[in-house]
Amino acid sequence: MLESTIPDIIRQVPQTNYVLLATFLFIIGIVGVLIRRNAIIIFMSIELMLNAVNLLLIAFSAYAGDVDGQVFVFFIMAVAAAEVAVGLAIIVMIYRNIRSIDVSLLDKLRG
Amino acid sequence: MSLIALIPLVPLIGFLINGLGFRKIPKNIVSIVGVGASFISFLLVAYTFGYGYGSGAFNGENFEPITVTLFDWITVGDLNIPFAFQIDQLSIIMLFIITGVGTLIHVYSMGYMSHDEGYGKFFAYLNLFIFFMLLLVMGNNYVVMFIGWEGVGLCSYLLIGFWNKNFEFGNAARKAFIMNRVGDLGFLIGIFLIIQNFGSVVYTDVFQQAQSMEVGNGTIVAITFFLFIGAMGKSAQIPLFTWLPDAMAGPTPVSALIHAATMVTSGIYMVVRSNVLYTLAPGTLEFVAWIGVATAVLAATIGMFQNDIKKVLAYSTVSQLGYMFIGLGVMAYTSGFFHVITHAFFKALLFLGAGSVIHAMSDEQDIRKMGGLWGKIKITAITFLLGTIAISGLPPFAGFFSKDEILAHTFAHNKLMWALALLGSFMTAFYMFRLFFLTFMGNFRGTKEQADHLHESPSSMTIPLIALAILSVVGGFIGFPEVMHLPHALADFLSPIYEGSKLVNPEFGVLHIDHSTEWILMAVSVGVAIGAILLAYSLYGKGENVPAEDAEITGFHKVIYNKYYIDEAYQAIFIKPTQALSRVFANVIEPKGIDGAVNGIGNLVNSFSSRLRKIQTGGTAAYLFSMCVGIAIILIINFGYDFVEVSTDFGNNLMNYIKNASSGK
Repeated sequence: MLESTIPDIIRQVPQTNYVLLATFLFIIGIVGVLIRRNAIIIFMSIELMLNAVNLLLIAFSAYAGDVDGQVFVFFIMAVAAAEVAVGLAIIVMIYRNIRSIDVSLLDKLRG
Repeated sequence: MSLIALIPLVPLIGFLINGLGFRKIPKNIVSIVGVGASFISFLLVAYTFGYGYGSGAFNGENFEPITVTLFDWITVGDLNIPFAFQIDQLSIIMLFIITGVGTLIHVYSMGYMSHDEGYGKFFAYLNLFIFFMLLLVMGNNYVVMFIGWEGVGLCSYLLIGFWNKNFEFGNAARKAFIMNRVGDLGFLIGIFLIIQNFGSVVYTDVFQQAQSMEVGNGTIVAITFFLFIGAMGKSAQIPLFTWLPDAMAGPTPVSALIHAATMVTSGIYMVVRSNVLYTLAPGTLEFVAWIGVATAVLAATIGMFQNDIKKVLAYSTVSQLGYMFIGLGVMAYTSGFFHVITHAFFKALLFLGAGSVIHAMSDEQDIRKMGGLWGKIKITAITFLLGTIAISGLPPFAGFFSKDEILAHTFAHNKLMWALALLGSFMTAFYMFRLFFLTFMGNFRGTKEQADHLHESPSSMTIPLIALAILSVVGGFIGFPEVMHLPHALADFLSPIYEGSKLVNPEFGVLHIDHSTEWILMAVSVGVAIGAILLAYSLYGKGENVPAEDAEITGFHKVIYNKYYIDEAYQAIFIKPTQALSRVFANVIEPKGIDGAVNGIGNLVNSFSSRLRKIQTGGTAAYLFSMCVGIAIILIINFGYDFVEVSTDFGNNLMNYIKNASSGK
């Protein structure tokens, strides 16, 4: 029985709301990445996009009554944690080198 | 008969031994290897001849040529070219000439080249030449013949330029090589036409198919014409003959072996070999005959005024080759080939005799500085006289029989041709005796040192002279004229190879002159020869009338002495325009055209990329932006329709949600 597996607390909010929320979060993330120049902010925006996707996965998983999506989210979070560690280390190194974390200064690869 | 494969292989081994180790191998071992290789080949040929007779391949009822296939060489589509040898009546005679005369000349070289530092190299080249010449003659198809054809050209080049420290000699070698290439192109085209029309290059296949064709078939005329262009180059006919006199730059044994006895006759061999095709093409034959006549007469006139002993013989060779082609052109293949045989004997003899004279005269070649050598170098003088008589056509020497046979056939074919050929024969006798008298009669005109140094050549040189002199005397007896009621051994022996010609043209081999006419013709040609000899004797017999120095020659005499300025004409007509064209290519086409295209493409890429690199801003934001745009575009392209639907759905849902929220539910 598909219906019965969906918890009531979740069923009170329509699926569309989750999709809408995730979409907004994702768009905020994209815009943040594109227009901000601070490396930390960009990084946060990326995390925002990542979590928008996580949210979507969980929502669909809950409505479909399938836990696969939720398991997947755990993996994403674990990998994201590792990625944050590496990313922050890179940002620290950038700061040490150019005394700034403004990404527009990093244009050594200009053709 | 796998021994047949050894015939060319032995000289090749000799070449490898002497060629690889000529710096280290002592002279006497070089001689043993070089002469031995040639002599073993000769023995093998003799053995093959005996075998052929024993098995009836040459004389029995079934005239099957002996064929030995070594391997399949080229197989492309339906075309199969085997590397195979074919021994029949024609090739066995050529093999005898090549290895027999070749061995004698090898022996002679031991004496002639003994003081030369390139002794081992010389013998290596000679053996290589014998190898290629054997390949040319033994191949059972045109392609193997072509290998030999090119190979002997290479050896000719190497040996003409043997003394390559002399720039002139190197030029002579290159001239010979390049001029032969011109002819070889014709030969190649001929082979390609044969492949296209017959689908095979093997003689027996081609001739078998050709027998069903009509006389005068256009394709056959084209094939024979192109093949004959090859023969023009190799056998020094007009217009490709000027290399042969220059080829005398090589050592004298080379002139005797390559440029008199063997290589230059390969054109005649090729025509006789392809006699079926030529019989089918009367037009080409007429052309061949006229080229022969023109060459015979023109070269003889030049020969009458030359003062270099080897140049006289060279023009004489060109002229005699012309006679051979006259014989072929009037469909008297046997007569032409007969002249190849006798010419190989007496012209090799004359060249070797000339070499002996040059040797005695301390490398002097100008007959104006000789004279009176008769008593000093007796063996050379006598053998030289025998050769001179033989080439002049006095009976019963070899040249008489072959030349007379050609003249008789020419008379039956075309009277004008005969008259011109007879004129040539008059000049032949004249210039040969002029040469003889100026060299051996009268008083010695050289320097004192030369006079003191005069000596007869060593026995290694005189023995080949004597052997060739004997052959020059008796060599004609293999082909008596019919009117003498003696057997024409050569014609009987060769008759099987003309089976195809007889089949396609019933007229073949019929001589349309009666016996009394033939006797008269014989008398006329002998009379002409004697007249020429008497004229030469009256002019030069006592060593008088020594030709003038180069600077004193004037008028028409000067034109002939300078070979009608043919070399200069070729220089102006062919070489200068070619060089001008090359210069145009070097100065305009090469820098503007080819370099321009290559550099242009390079510049284009450069300028395009220098604009394109502006896109690489190095800014992360820009990259990210273009990435997002890209992803959006990909999504739209792939899911464009769904995207509209989904977003419409999405919009409707959104509207409903807002409506519900505002209505307070």
